[in-house]
Amino acid sequence: MDKFSTHTGVGVPLRRSNVDTDQIIPAVYLKRVTRTGFEDGLFAAWRGDEDFVLNQPAYANGSVLVAGPDFGTGSSREHAVWALQNYGFKVVLSSRFADIFRGNSGKAGLLAAQVDQATIEALWAHVETHPGAEITVDLESRTVRAGEGSEAIEASFDIDDYTRWRLLEGLDDIGITLGHEGDIAAFESKRPSWKPVTL
Amino acid sequence: MGKTLAEKVWDEHVVRSAEGEPDLLFIDLHLLHEVTSPQAFDGLRLADRRVRRPDLTLATEDHNVPTLDWDKPIADPVSRTQVETLRRNAAEFGVRLHPLGDVEQGIVHVVGPQLGLTQPGMTIVCGDSHTSTHGAFGAIAFGIGTSEVEHVLATQTLPQAKPKTMAVTINGSLPEGVTAKDLVLTLIAHTGTGGGQGYIVEYRGQAIEELSMEARMTVCNMSIEWGAKAGLIAPDQTTFDYIEGKPEAPKGADWDAAVAHWKTLVTDADAVFDKEIVLDASVMTPFVTWGTNPGQGVPLGATVPGPDDFQDPSDKLATEKALDYMGLEAGTPMRDIKVDTVFVGSCTNGRIEDLRLAAQILEGHSVAEGTRLLVVPGSVRVRMQAEAEGLDKVFIAAGAEWRGAGCSMCLGMNPDQLAPQERSASTSNRNFEGRQGKGGRTHLVSVPVAAATAVRGTLSSPADLVPTTAGGN
Ligand code: SF4
Repeated sequence: MDKFSTHTGVGVPLRRSNVDTDQIIPAVYLKRVTRTGFEDGLFAAWRGDEDFVLNQPAYANGSVLVAGPDFGTGSSREHAVWALQNYGFKVVLSSRFADIFRGNSGKAGLLAAQVDQATIEALWAHVETHPGAEITVDLESRTVRAGEGSEAIEASFDIDDYTRWRLLEGLDDIGITLGHEGDIAAFESKRPSWKPVTL
Repeated sequence: MGKTLAEKVWDEHVVRSAEGEPDLLFIDLHLLHEVTSPQAFDGLRLADRRVRRPDLTLATEDHNVPTLDWDKPIADPVSRTQVETLRRNAAEFGVRLHPLGDVEQGIVHVVGPQLGLTQPGMTIVCGDSHTSTHGAFGAIAFGIGTSEVEHVLATQTLPQAKPKTMAVTINGSLPEGVTAKDLVLTLIAHTGTGGGQGYIVEYRGQAIEELSMEARMTVCNMSIEWGAKAGLIAPDQTTFDYIEGKPEAPKGADWDAAVAHWKTLVTDADAVFDKEIVLDASVMTPFVTWGTNPGQGVPLGATVPGPDDFQDPSDKLATEKALDYMGLEAGTPMRDIKVDTVFVGSCTNGRIEDLRLAAQILEGHSVAEGTRLLVVPGSVRVRMQAEAEGLDKVFIAAGAEWRGAGCSMCLGMNPDQLAPQERSASTSNRNFEGRQGKGGRTHLVSVPVAAATAVRGTLSSPADLVPTTAGGN
């Protein structure tokens, strides 16, 4: 997993609340055998609508999703996070995330940053008046920034300390366990020789 | 204070423990199949990681392989892609694979024990909930998700919070004709599907000790159906005799060292379980399910219950919904329920003893008009053994379909499925809505009940069969 300290990218306004995992990626797209390629299924039901925000050229390269409250409810499918990442999103901002989605995001390296709804509204207004405008998300200082001068927006976001540490260090669960390599090797050296092997 | 069997096995596998963190457990054997492994391998690739211990890893193709025409390319594109992906991954990462057509291919939980890879005191995981089957040997064995599969592939360990322990003591002996399947269905009806939640369960007592290894596997297999994390049975002479001489069993001095250790794997007399359940085997009878979860079961001699038979409002509602789905009326004698398809197979009841029992009952009988009987061996070895004993001829003579090895109609991922509203008597482990095919209706039964049901066309036990002159031994 790559280290995450700060990210600046095009903000995409998703003016919807309760976006569940079936809307993020419908079940019919789950048949793949890889962790990549799920971008085609991202928001599949809405992508056919030419007015949908991802179909507008200004937002096509977006990497910071500004979503309504209760984002990621529904099933536990990890594919929802993979689909957002495969599309190119690095950050999702919302005033409330479903717990499992937030957990899956932290494990996979997608930053789910919780800001208050007033900030979401301000960011929506900003990226809609200036399509293609960038948003900066700074994990070190836990702040989100956009705009300049009188239009400047700056707000803090919430993320638990453990997830923040893992993202800053670029550690997934496996990375953390591999940090105990010495313990694993020591254990292996003491295993009885009669234990079965497959090769 | 002494330790329980589960605590002994657990403690022997702790690589690292720290206050406030789950234990890091070493995994002795990691089993893989085509459905839950592809994303795990892809995750390794994306992070540029290797499989840490290919020598403790084994893969087989089982969940969606066809049981007919298995020498031809798989027709269903999704199944074919998954199988081909497993083959590529196994080759790329150096993992031993038993593919379709290989003599060791079969259901992952049948293959491990028959190779002798499943041994007492091990930790065994697989991306499949019925991994609990391997607990029959006194191993801690449980199912894991795809992210955990990737974790085990990369590290050969798994962070795990230590579960509580429970003892299920089954006193007395099972009556003649009552099997391990009836025992475990009776237990689940007693506890409900959530009764084991959070526990590693140790099955013990006279009835358990009297079971063969294969019957013990049937019991442990269904641990997950009442919510247990894992289920295990202390190894004894029955266990050692089963393992001895198997291809991957320890040999010579290793065998002696292994058995000496295995003999220590018993719950100490002064150990304390967090919970205990006691049942009497001698009053058990053939047991079948009427509803849509494995806890909704009654004795074969009983009638279909109705909402009024339950106090709890949620049980009443669940009963109503289950009866509606199953197309059953409360008060109908279970024996009057007509069955379209009988499935003998799965990791619950697809081993050689199961097929012998089925053949013994079917000998000289014919499958009822309008009923189909599918016999699906759990592995190619089981199939070959059955053919060496002539069991296939008995099945075919009775009018059954004798198939190739795999999960088959247990979960209907391959073409072996129920049609909507078709009713089955199945020796598998799950009667969930749609499990065996969209709209299909499943009654979980033992092997003898399955065989007798195939002959009569309604849920039956061998005692209901009119004796024939042929093969009456
Ligand atoms: S036989 Fe059924 S329960 Fe067993 S591994 Fe296959 S699908 Fe799972």
